[in-house]
Amino acid sequence: MKQNTKAAEQYWRRNLQIIFSYLIIWFVVSFGCGIVFVDELNHFNMFGFKLGYWFANQGSILVFCLLTIGYAVRMSRLDSEFDVHE
Amino acid sequence: MSLEQLTYLFVVGSFVIYIAIAFWSRASSTREFYVAGGGVTPLANGMATAADWMSAASFISLAGIVSFAGYDASGYIMGWTGGYVLLALLLAPYLRKFGKFTIPDFVGDRYYSNLARVVAVVCVMFISFTYISGQMRGTGIVFSRFLQVEIDTGIMIGMAVVFVYAVLGGMKGITYTQVAQYCVMIFAFTVPALFLTFSMTGHLLPQTGLGATLDNGLPVLDHLDGLVTELGFASFTEGSKSKIDMFFITAALMFGTAGLPHVIVRFFTVPRVRDARISAAWALVFIAVLYSTIPAVAAFGRINLIETVNGVDNMGTPYEEMPQWFKKWENAGLIAWYDHNADGRTQYAAGDAFTGRQHKPIYWGAAKDEVARNFYSNQRHVVNPSSGEFDPKVQPFANEIYVDPDIMVLANPEIAGLPNWVIALIAAGAMAAALSTAAGLLLVIATSVSHDLLKKTIRPQITDRQELLAARLAAMVAVLIAGYLGMHPPDYVAAVVALAFGLACASFFPVIIMGIFYQRMNKYGAISGMLVGLISTLCYIVYFKFMGGEPQDWLLGISPEGFGAVGMVLNFIVAYLVAHLTPEPPKHIQQIVQNIRVPGNSGSAYY
Repeated sequence: MKQNTKAAEQYWRRNLQIIFSYLIIWFVVSFGCGIVFVDELNHFNMFGFKLGYWFANQGSILVFCLLTIGYAVRMSRLDSEFDVHE
Repeated sequence: MSLEQLTYLFVVGSFVIYIAIAFWSRASSTREFYVAGGGVTPLANGMATAADWMSAASFISLAGIVSFAGYDASGYIMGWTGGYVLLALLLAPYLRKFGKFTIPDFVGDRYYSNLARVVAVVCVMFISFTYISGQMRGTGIVFSRFLQVEIDTGIMIGMAVVFVYAVLGGMKGITYTQVAQYCVMIFAFTVPALFLTFSMTGHLLPQTGLGATLDNGLPVLDHLDGLVTELGFASFTEGSKSKIDMFFITAALMFGTAGLPHVIVRFFTVPRVRDARISAAWALVFIAVLYSTIPAVAAFGRINLIETVNGVDNMGTPYEEMPQWFKKWENAGLIAWYDHNADGRTQYAAGDAFTGRQHKPIYWGAAKDEVARNFYSNQRHVVNPSSGEFDPKVQPFANEIYVDPDIMVLANPEIAGLPNWVIALIAAGAMAAALSTAAGLLLVIATSVSHDLLKKTIRPQITDRQELLAARLAAMVAVLIAGYLGMHPPDYVAAVVALAFGLACASFFPVIIMGIFYQRMNKYGAISGMLVGLISTLCYIVYFKFMGGEPQDWLLGISPEGFGAVGMVLNFIVAYLVAHLTPEPPKHIQQIVQNIRVPGNSGSAYY
């Protein structure tokens, strides 16, 4: 690991940006679409589902999976970029 | 072969496999016993994590809960999957880089305090014992339902099996056993679900089948909404819980999931930081296979139940015409019928058919007792029917049926008309779910005793061999205690589970997050935050669950299940304030924090 403090700080800042943007999606999909705005979304219908119900019971799980996979891929790339991969 | 023989074959066969795997991969050092030598591949760890996480409750009970609560149960589905996003993004990679064996290890080292370590050990013990007694009870119940043995005997068999493979194999043994258990469990859950979906909608996947259109031209969920509202229930797809309560319950389950010790410890077993991220993603995918199937199983199960009991004309079905599974589960005490309007037909609607605590039926005599049945209809007699009053404006008749939620998974293959081997498979799957979770918890308890208490606090001079022996002895004692708790369950099991999640959420999650993301956090802040979170959550839950607090007194309408999230916020606030009034942590601790943020050199979990 060739690591000086400055690179480490930059790596950490980039990581925090990624985490932050992913957590916004996580929050909007589950707490937003699944709970807070569920009644409004239930007016829409998609493939036989009320949209709000779908987000709470199916959509959120799907998005969670995509987020964790996306994060693993994204961070592996960042690790290579900063030469901190193992 | 008869159903019973098949069930024995599957259950015993799977036990033999688990023990063989544990023998083949038994642990010979503390590193292998605690973290499987740190050499588990991300895929295998993902599967093991999924098996570790999905308990008897996920496997047997959750579909039933969703079936009867509809949208209101979404908090479980989102909470118990969404927590893995937090694990993958905020915890797993850094804890792996930190490279110790347990959560108390992290808390003790990061906050340079043995007091913090001991507080963490107490939380770990409490959460794990709470959880494991439920799993032991679960194995006993599975045995009693499928193999007609006493619950206590079933618990003892379960104890013996877990004992052999957890004590012998340690983390290394249970990891590969859990991989096998995941396969058994997921196969057993999805096969009946696929058949059920196909027979009802013609779709292959339960996830799309739930949105399918039925023969009568209505989408599945609209049809179900129509059925239940006609019978006086709340709509299936719309909740009756308040939004704020839903919000906090979901949050408590999510953050609690991310703070559960037996889940976190699994991420210590992979070789590298990136493997921790990848295996968290795998774990969630494997969990999602089961969790995304649950709403479909729940909805189809409810439709089947209503249409079977009330008949096509919604007048009720004559008892003699009820299918075989209804009577079978009536014998097992999971279904009961009392003919309130004396028309000889079963009718299911809103309201409780029976009185007393939890409105469960109390049967007259034993299941095998001939005289305890009605001479003509052969139904089981009950002694506590309710008054049978109902509001004709809301529903067409009084509810005459009691249904245990577990029936939705247990009776699924029979309702779908599947062959006996599928039913036998469910027994093996339920057993796998209970045993895998029990074994994971057992190891956490054993590690806390031998490593955190003995090695790190009381007697640092013991050798690796002595520590390993201590870990095995601790696991043995823990099995015995867990078995005892399983046989003599406190009659508030469900409430205690709320407590486990609440405590994990209010204590561990904040303390670990701040340890990683907030370099300035010191031991004073961490300890006071943990104590405030812990005590506030404990008091709220104990007051409203055990001391008769009334729902109208809930703070902002937040139920005890959701209060862990409030405790977590309090923890964060107190920790922040206290940390700012006290000296910053020593330089070498700040160095540790900077070090865990960047991957590299995590190849060996150092000691």
